[in-house]
Amino acid sequence: MAIELKVPAAGESITEVQIGEWLKKEGDAVRRDETIVVIETDKVTVELPAPADGVITKILIPEGEDANVGDTIGLMEEGASAGASQGSSPAASAAPVHAEPVAAAPEASPEPAPASAAAPSSEVIAPASGAPDVRDSLPPEGFARVMPAARRAAATEAVDLNQVLPTGPGGRILKEDVMRQAAQPKPAPAPAPAPAPAGLAPERPHTPDARGEEVVKMTMLRRKVAETLVHSQQTMALLTTFNEVDMSGVMAMRKKYQDSFVKKNGIKLGFMSFFVKAAIEALKEFPSVNAEVNGRNIIYKNYYDIGIAVGGGKGLVVPVVRDADRLGFAQVEQTIFDFGKRAQKNQIKLEELQGGTFTISNGGVYGSMLSTPIVNPPQSGILGLHNIVERPVAVNGKVEIRPIMYIALTYDHRIVDGREAVTFLRRIKECIEDPARVLIEV
Amino acid sequence: MANQYDLIIIGSGPAGYTGAVRAAQLGLKTAIVELEEKLGGTCLRVGCIPSKALLEATEKYDEAQNHLADFGVNVDHVSFDLEKMLQRKESIVNGLTGGVAFLMKKNKVTRYFGRGSISRSGVVEVVQESGEKEELTATSIIIATGSKVSSLAGVELHGNIVGTSTEALSYESVPEHLVLIGAGVIGLELGSVWRRLGAKVTVVEYLDRILPGIDSEIAKEAQKIFKKQGFEFRLGSKVTSARALEEGGAVVEVEGAEPLHCDRVLLAAGRAPNTDGLGAEAVGIELDRRGFIRVDEHFRTTVPGVYAVGDVIGGAMLAHKAEEECVACVEKLATGYGHINYAVIPNVVYTHPEISSVGKTEDQLGEHGVDYKKGVFPFMANGRARALNQTDGKVKVLADAKTDRVLGVHIIGARAGDLIAEAATAMEFGASSEDIAAVCHAHPNLGEAVREAALGVAGRVRQM
Repeated sequence: MAIELKVPAAGESITEVQIGEWLKKEGDAVRRDETIVVIETDKVTVELPAPADGVITKILIPEGEDANVGDTIGLMEEGASAGASQGSSPAASAAPVHAEPVAAAPEASPEPAPASAAAPSSEVIAPASGAPDVRDSLPPEGFARVMPAARRAAATEAVDLNQVLPTGPGGRILKEDVMRQAAQPKPAPAPAPAPAPAGLAPERPHTPDARGEEVVKMTMLRRKVAETLVHSQQTMALLTTFNEVDMSGVMAMRKKYQDSFVKKNGIKLGFMSFFVKAAIEALKEFPSVNAEVNGRNIIYKNYYDIGIAVGGGKGLVVPVVRDADRLGFAQVEQTIFDFGKRAQKNQIKLEELQGGTFTISNGGVYGSMLSTPIVNPPQSGILGLHNIVERPVAVNGKVEIRPIMYIALTYDHRIVDGREAVTFLRRIKECIEDPARVLIEV
Repeated sequence: MANQYDLIIIGSGPAGYTGAVRAAQLGLKTAIVELEEKLGGTCLRVGCIPSKALLEATEKYDEAQNHLADFGVNVDHVSFDLEKMLQRKESIVNGLTGGVAFLMKKNKVTRYFGRGSISRSGVVEVVQESGEKEELTATSIIIATGSKVSSLAGVELHGNIVGTSTEALSYESVPEHLVLIGAGVIGLELGSVWRRLGAKVTVVEYLDRILPGIDSEIAKEAQKIFKKQGFEFRLGSKVTSARALEEGGAVVEVEGAEPLHCDRVLLAAGRAPNTDGLGAEAVGIELDRRGFIRVDEHFRTTVPGVYAVGDVIGGAMLAHKAEEECVACVEKLATGYGHINYAVIPNVVYTHPEISSVGKTEDQLGEHGVDYKKGVFPFMANGRARALNQTDGKVKVLADAKTDRVLGVHIIGARAGDLIAEAATAMEFGASSEDIAAVCHAHPNLGEAVREAALGVAGRVRQM
C-alpha cells in the first residue's frame, strides 16, 4: 500500500510550511511513529511521524521548499517492514488450505507491495559503499513535474515554464498549459511578482559579487517575523515611553527569600515574576493596554495572558503564560523556565504561541540598555526590560549608587493615550520598587 | 456491543470485499454480509473469473488445433477434456473465493452469512437460510449488492436449456447450437468459449451493431474477425420469445424471421440492479426509474448513513469501477476524502483478439461535437504482433484537436487488455498524445503500436 505523506494541519492559522530536514531518505525503512521529516511553520517546528511501518519510496518536496497543509510531500510503502521478525510475507501466509495464493486474487492486489519484495531490510536498499547512488541520476523534482510534451512545447514556443499555470495532477504542467500561455498576447504582461508575503519586497534581479556572497532562503519563522513586524509598524500608531526603575527593593527581597523559595518550589526566584505581576497590576488599571483594535471596535479583555519573549533554537518565540493573574510567583517562574528550556529544543507547541494579551520582552539578558520593542499585533502594548546597571542617582538629596533598569513601553497610540501609557509605566516602576504594592494592590 | 459496527457492507463482490479491507485498514470496525456461501460476488463466483478460466483453456485448445502448425509445431490428435476444464475453473474460483475469506479474516472483518436487509437507518437484519435472524447496527451501511441478469419479455428461463451466464459457465457438454440473445461482452465471451469447443453459435442482437458502448469502428472490426471465426450474427433482430421445448432443445423466435432451433439459449441482454430483499424502498431509499439506487456524488442514498456503490447504482457495470467506488466511499467516510475519476475507467472484452478501451469513443466525441484528431496503427505493422502470429486489430488514439489531450484510446488486438493500462495511466496524468509518443517504448513490443498510434495523431507514424 503506497501511503501519501501529507503536511499535517499544524494549527488553524497555518496554511504554508517549509520542509525541513528529511530524517529518512528514499529507500529507508521506517517504523510506525518514527519521525520522517521535520516541518517548519512560521511558528513552530513539527515532526511528521511515519503512519505505519514501511519504506520511504519517494521524497516529492525536498528540504527548504515550501508546501501547503495537506500537500503530499512524499510517499511510503506500507508493510515493507524492516523487521523481518513479523514472519512470512502476506502472500506466503495466505490461506494455506487453498492452492491458490491470495495474492492472485484478481481484484485483491493490494497486499504484496513490490517494495517489500525488493527491500526485505533497509540494508539491502542502501547503496554499497563506493557505489554510485542511483538517486543522483534521477531528474530533479521540477523536471518531473513537467509533462514531456509540455517541455517540448515550452522550448519551441519559447515559453518560460515558470510563467505557466499548471493544471495537471500533482501540479504538473501539461502541454495545453504551455499552449495556453503561448497564446497569451505578447508582449506578455510584466511578470507579476510572485506574491511576496507582506513585509517582503519582491525579489530583485541579483548578480552575485565576485568576491563571494551566499544566498540563503529565509526560514518560515524569519519570514513570518518580517511580515508581522512590518504589519505592526504599518498598521499601528506606535509610540514608546521610557522610565527607570530602582531594582534594589526587588533585589533585597530576592536575597531575603531566595533560599526558602528554592527550598519550597525547587526553582529560583527571578525578576520576571515580579515584572509579570507588576504588569498585571498596571493592565488592570489601564484596560486599553490589555485590549485590541478590531475594525471599528475595541475588544477589552478580562483575562491576562502574558507573552514572554524567549530565545529559541531557531529564533525568538513568544509563548504565552495563560491567566498569569491567577498564578503565584513560583508558577510564573516555573512556566517561563519551562518555556526557555523547550524553546532551545524547538519544542514549544503551537497552541502555546497563540493568543496573548500583552507581551514582555527582556533585551537585558543580552545586555541591551534601551530599546523600543515593536508591538505584537493584535496586542496593544509591549513592555521592554533592559539590563540592570549600577548608576549614581540622587536619593533624598544625596548621590547613591543604585541598580537601575530602564524600562520601555511601546503602545498603540490609537487606543492608548499618552497619559495612560506614561502612568502605566510609572505603575510598573512603583510596583517593582516597592513589591509590597502588588500584594496590597495600591 | 458485539453486533455494533462502524461499517456494514452488504454484498461481498469486488466492491464489498475491497471496500471492507480498506475500511479495516482505516481502523473501522467492519462487517460484511453475504447471501452466498462463497465470498467474491458475481465476479469471482459466476462472472469475470470463471469465464476467464474457460476462455484461457479453450483458447489453448483452439491454438493447438488451428494455429500451432503455423509456427511449425505439429501436434497430433488434439482433443479436450471438458470435465477437466470445468474442474480447473472450479478450483480457480474456490482458490480465489477462499482467498477473499482469508482476507476478511486477516483484516478482522466479520462475515455474516445470510441475506442482509436494511430494517431502518443504521440497522441491518441478516436472515440466514435456516430462517434465523440477527440484527446488526452500524454508523454507516454500504449497499454493494451488485446486479443480476436482466429478464427479457418472452424469454422463459429453463435450467441450462434457456439459461444465463451462470449456466453457460457449467454446461456439462458442448452445445450443438448455442443461441446468444445479446451481443454484449458476456455473450461474446461465453459464445467464444463454446464456439472454440465446437458449438455453432448464433448471436441475436436487437441493435444493429455488436458490443454496445464500445467504439463503433472497433466493434465493426471485431464483428468481422468474429464472423471469420465462425460466429453467426443476426443484428437488428428482436427476440419475441425463447423457450425450452418438451421434446428437448429450444426455440428462439425472432421478429420477421424464421425461428431458430437450438439446444441451448444464453440470455445475455444486460444486467439489472440487484435490490432483491434489501428492504431499500421500505426505509425510504429512492430508486430511479430503472431500479438503480439513487446516490449523490458521495454515494449517499436518500437515507442518512446508508450508501450504495457498484452495479446497484448503475454506470459502467465493471468490477474495477465498483471497487473504486467502494474504496472511495469508505475513504470519504473515514478520512473525508475519496477519489474516483470516471473519465478514466478502462474496459476490456476478453475475446480473441481482446478489445479494450478507456475514455471517450469516437461516437461520443461526435455526439458532443468535440473537435478531435485521431491516430491509428494496425498490429499488422508491429513486429511483435507478427511474431506472435496475431496481426488482427489496431490501436486508435483520440486526442483533442486544440489541446492534444488524450480523450480516448481504443484497442482491438493481441493483449489489448494489458496494453490499455498505459493509456489509462497517461490519461490520469492529463497526457497529450505527444506525451505518449515521447515516452520510450521497448522494442519489439506490442506497446509500440500504442506509441505509433499516438504519433499518428500528429501524422508522425514512423513504422508504417
